[in-house]
Amino acid sequence: MTAWPHVLSDSATMLRRNLRHMQRYPSMTLMNAGLPVVLLLLFVYVFGGTLGAGLGGVSVGRQAYVAYVVPGILLMTVAVGATGTAISIAMDLTEGIVARFRTMAISRASVLTGHVVGSVIQTALALAVVMVVALLIGFRPTTGPLAWVTAAALLALTTLAVTWLSVALGMSTRSVETASNLPMFLVLLLFLGSGFVPTETMPDGLRWFAENQPFTPIIETLRGLLLGTPIGDSGVIAVAWCAAISLVGFLWARKLYERDPAHR
Amino acid sequence: MTATGAHPAIRAIGLRKSYGEQVVLDGIDLEINEGTVFALLGPNGAGKTTTVHILSTLIAADGGDAQVAGCDVGRDPNGVRAAIGVTGQFSAVDKFLTGEENLVLMADLRHLGKVEGRRRAAELLDRFDLVDAARKPVSTWSGGMQRRLDLAMTLVGDPRIIFLDEPTAGLDPRSRRTMWQVIRDLVNVGVTIFLTTQYLEEADRLAGRVAVLDHGRLVAEGTPSELKRLVPGGHIRLEFADTGEMDKAARRFPGASRDDESLALLVPSDGGVGSLRSLLDQLEDASIDVDGLSVRTPNLDDVFLSLTGTPDSRKGAA
Repeated sequence: MTAWPHVLSDSATMLRRNLRHMQRYPSMTLMNAGLPVVLLLLFVYVFGGTLGAGLGGVSVGRQAYVAYVVPGILLMTVAVGATGTAISIAMDLTEGIVARFRTMAISRASVLTGHVVGSVIQTALALAVVMVVALLIGFRPTTGPLAWVTAAALLALTTLAVTWLSVALGMSTRSVETASNLPMFLVLLLFLGSGFVPTETMPDGLRWFAENQPFTPIIETLRGLLLGTPIGDSGVIAVAWCAAISLVGFLWARKLYERDPAHR
Repeated sequence: MTATGAHPAIRAIGLRKSYGEQVVLDGIDLEINEGTVFALLGPNGAGKTTTVHILSTLIAADGGDAQVAGCDVGRDPNGVRAAIGVTGQFSAVDKFLTGEENLVLMADLRHLGKVEGRRRAAELLDRFDLVDAARKPVSTWSGGMQRRLDLAMTLVGDPRIIFLDEPTAGLDPRSRRTMWQVIRDLVNVGVTIFLTTQYLEEADRLAGRVAVLDHGRLVAEGTPSELKRLVPGGHIRLEFADTGEMDKAARRFPGASRDDESLALLVPSDGGVGSLRSLLDQLEDASIDVDGLSVRTPNLDDVFLSLTGTPDSRKGAA
């Protein structure tokens, strides 16, 4: 296919469309921030006393658990946002408008790019809200501004990766109901990592899985960037996972977009 | 191929498409000249939508060749897309946006520029009688208004070739008439229209040429009157009070066939006003008393029925 000269302007047009959807129907954006905030409060005030006591570090207790759980909750925000992305792309595909876009001389990637960039912005807003609540309940990053900026960049990269994957997941189904369930495995996967409890406390098989799944190195890197814990090779592994997941999600989504619309 | 001087706007040779075992299109040849209305007529599942999808680059054919606006649908889909507009069976509007935003979206994607895009949007809202609702989300609009917006969106970039896949399915009679008028206006400015329909009346009224599609094959093609000539059966039915009058009439019209049981005479006729008047004059001359009279003209329904062998399921809805 020849390169179409309007990739950027078409993508910007599609992004404007997605942002307008969010602005007009803000419930999805609110849920994206609300659910992680509720989970944060739940984990800190309901489970936090006990879980914090079991952390076994220098500091123990509820305040120590706030510090421990925030990186996991930030990734939870990304995962909840992914559910919204999958739902909105699946809804879009059930409407005739995307079929119309396919018959127009516009850059093919622009429809997907608009969704992805829109979702990344939406998730970034939710992350900011979650971060403010975390600060209010006593989360204190101990590192410097450079590390915080790096943490934000890693969160952005993770969001991009998870969003491309959830766009593909949302497209792989033809019903909005199925699409809304697909990214649930991301939420589950988060619990099977180092986000909420240290992996050392898990049985051997599970521990091996928890330490080698993609979310754990991302969480460990975030923890290091925000709280100064050792990062080791987690940073490199985290970036590699993000790049790999982005690429797979992008290629899969593009392939799904190019395929024939299902025959009715 | 016998193109008569004019460039064909759409040309297809041997289009084939199957989904698994199911053959949807079984070798379709089409040639549609610029500035004409072509109607593809067929029952549900005949392959009409698949044909539109292939010609509008939405799906790829399994075999055959097709050029639209001089561009090959497989090799130069963007060339095709730049020249066409498509309005499908299902409203292709963004329900979360307002009507105006939908039109501006199309203008942006056609790269018309901000000022020109807004001007065009305002003009189309006015033309399709959508000004009052323009700033409300389309989800609150009626079905008929959404269909009008759909067509307006198709027209934003002034496409030279427009595909209309069952544009009036499910519309009320008034909206249907509006749609027909829009189609006529488009043809007047030289746009080529490729129309699919189950409504025989629609093809008859709008199209210069009609092709009948059944089970993935074209079973007939021609002007509406050419197609009507394919089926015999136009007649004027005269009913009488007694056999005496009927015998008198039968002597007067030797070509007529008798229906003795119901005391009726079927006089072959094209159903036109002229032949009806001459028949009435002859009855007057011979002072024959007629109890009742009805005209039966062949219509595309008959064509449809005799060619496809299936009664048109949507006839009642029309």
